[in-house]
Amino acid sequence: MITDVREEVGVVEFGQKRGRVSETIRIIIPPVIVFLIVIGLWYLITYTLLASDRRWLLPPPHMVVVEGFFVSKTLGEILNGLWQSTKVALMGLMLAFVVGFSMALVMGQKKWIERSLYPWAVASQTVPILALVPMIGFWFGFGITSRVIVCFIIALFPIVINSLTGLLSAERGLHELFTLHSAGRWTRTFKLQIPGALPGIFTGLRTAAGLSVIGAIVGDFFFGRGTPGLGLLLERYASRLQSEELLATVFVACLLGLVVFWGFGLLGRRMVGEWDPSWAEEGHR
Amino acid sequence: MGSIIRFDRVSVRFGEIVAIELFDQDVAPGEFVSLVGPSGCGKSTVLRLASGLLDPSAGVIRRGTGNIGYVFQDATLMPWRTVRRNVELLGELDGLTKSERNLRATEVLELVGLTDFAEHYPLSLSGGMKMRASLARSLLLEPELFLFDEPFGALDQITRTRLNEELMGLYVAKRFASIFVTHSVDEAAYVASRVLVMSARPGKVVADLSVPFEYPRDPSIRYEPEFAHIAGAIAEALREAS
Repeated sequence: MITDVREEVGVVEFGQKRGRVSETIRIIIPPVIVFLIVIGLWYLITYTLLASDRRWLLPPPHMVVVEGFFVSKTLGEILNGLWQSTKVALMGLMLAFVVGFSMALVMGQKKWIERSLYPWAVASQTVPILALVPMIGFWFGFGITSRVIVCFIIALFPIVINSLTGLLSAERGLHELFTLHSAGRWTRTFKLQIPGALPGIFTGLRTAAGLSVIGAIVGDFFFGRGTPGLGLLLERYASRLQSEELLATVFVACLLGLVVFWGFGLLGRRMVGEWDPSWAEEGHR
Repeated sequence: MGSIIRFDRVSVRFGEIVAIELFDQDVAPGEFVSLVGPSGCGKSTVLRLASGLLDPSAGVIRRGTGNIGYVFQDATLMPWRTVRRNVELLGELDGLTKSERNLRATEVLELVGLTDFAEHYPLSLSGGMKMRASLARSLLLEPELFLFDEPFGALDQITRTRLNEELMGLYVAKRFASIFVTHSVDEAAYVASRVLVMSARPGKVVADLSVPFEYPRDPSIRYEPEFAHIAGAIAEALREAS
């Protein structure tokens, strides 16, 4: 009579507390081991494969840390670059969210609007951003505005598509209930479509945030005027063959991407994890 | 006493296809009518007509009430709302005050036995409990006519039987009129005082059988010879209809 018992209890427990500590250890240990192996291989390559006069091609990890993070001038450059890139990425993301979500809202209202705009949303994804660089430069200059525009263009698509899919995901039965109770367009949008779209919106935001960080760094390579970010630092250290500083900057850029992805993941779980299976603690990924 | 809903020679056509032909039926206030028939015979179409979601191609539908509850095959709850907030939805759409909604929600949640789960999200509920929440949502506005579109079709047999009994309890307490669409002969006869059997293409009523058991009905009537006799007659009509 298992069905009977479940029916009586009625609740499927999510987020069990039991074994949480050992669970954490099981999650953390394997990637740490991989990290240690990679560091080991790195030392191996640096000290056995490279002759000492060619060692600058891959300086040992501890030198990267020392030169990148313990020399105050370099650390200052990197932290400032990090701040600039973060700022650009977040501004581009914000702009992409406002425009992308508005587009999705409009597209979600009428089928013909969706059909008119959808191909352009797709086009924004497929356009080679490098081809647009000269025009963006002409129109918006070679400073921060253009860097933000680059982030905006590459972050737009995932936000539009995920928001739109979410807005259209409400069950037909629910739509019919709204129709039967003569709910207007606004009621339908705010009580039915937008809340139902939240999981999709957060998925879109997380993807877009990662892309936006890439955009901020790539943008530096073309639009370096004003206070540059991590991308320009990479270019500068590379041209001066400062491989320790270069690698340190690469790590900081990777870290920024990870933190942004993780941060928006956390935000999504906080906001909708309680009720959405795909964002729920356990069911996540 | 007038009828709560009257179908006057109603037909529905979708292009070339005649979905419903000359549907001519009356449902009295407080009457519980089941509608059975083969797949695609237009049972759900009758409910869509009754609710006003669909207009007939010919004929007239007269409603004695505007207060109609609709229960779908799926629970169709809003996953982002707790059970209580789901139940309050129709009150919100119809402009009840917050305190009124709250009061009524507490009442209907009690009625379907979900008081302890009021603050749970649908994600953590079993199929049977979701369906109870869906019933509670429809009960909030105390409809005079209920439209059930195979509400328990997706549930396992044990849960289904239990919900049939619970529905009977609600019916005895509230005496709403109902049109109950189902595939199950047993279910149709157990809940209704009248069973309509429809044939497919064109969908029309081929049998109109009464189930002369008094309400409240004990679950054990399912095992009485007379019940078996009626169920047999429905099954026979269904076989001829398909």
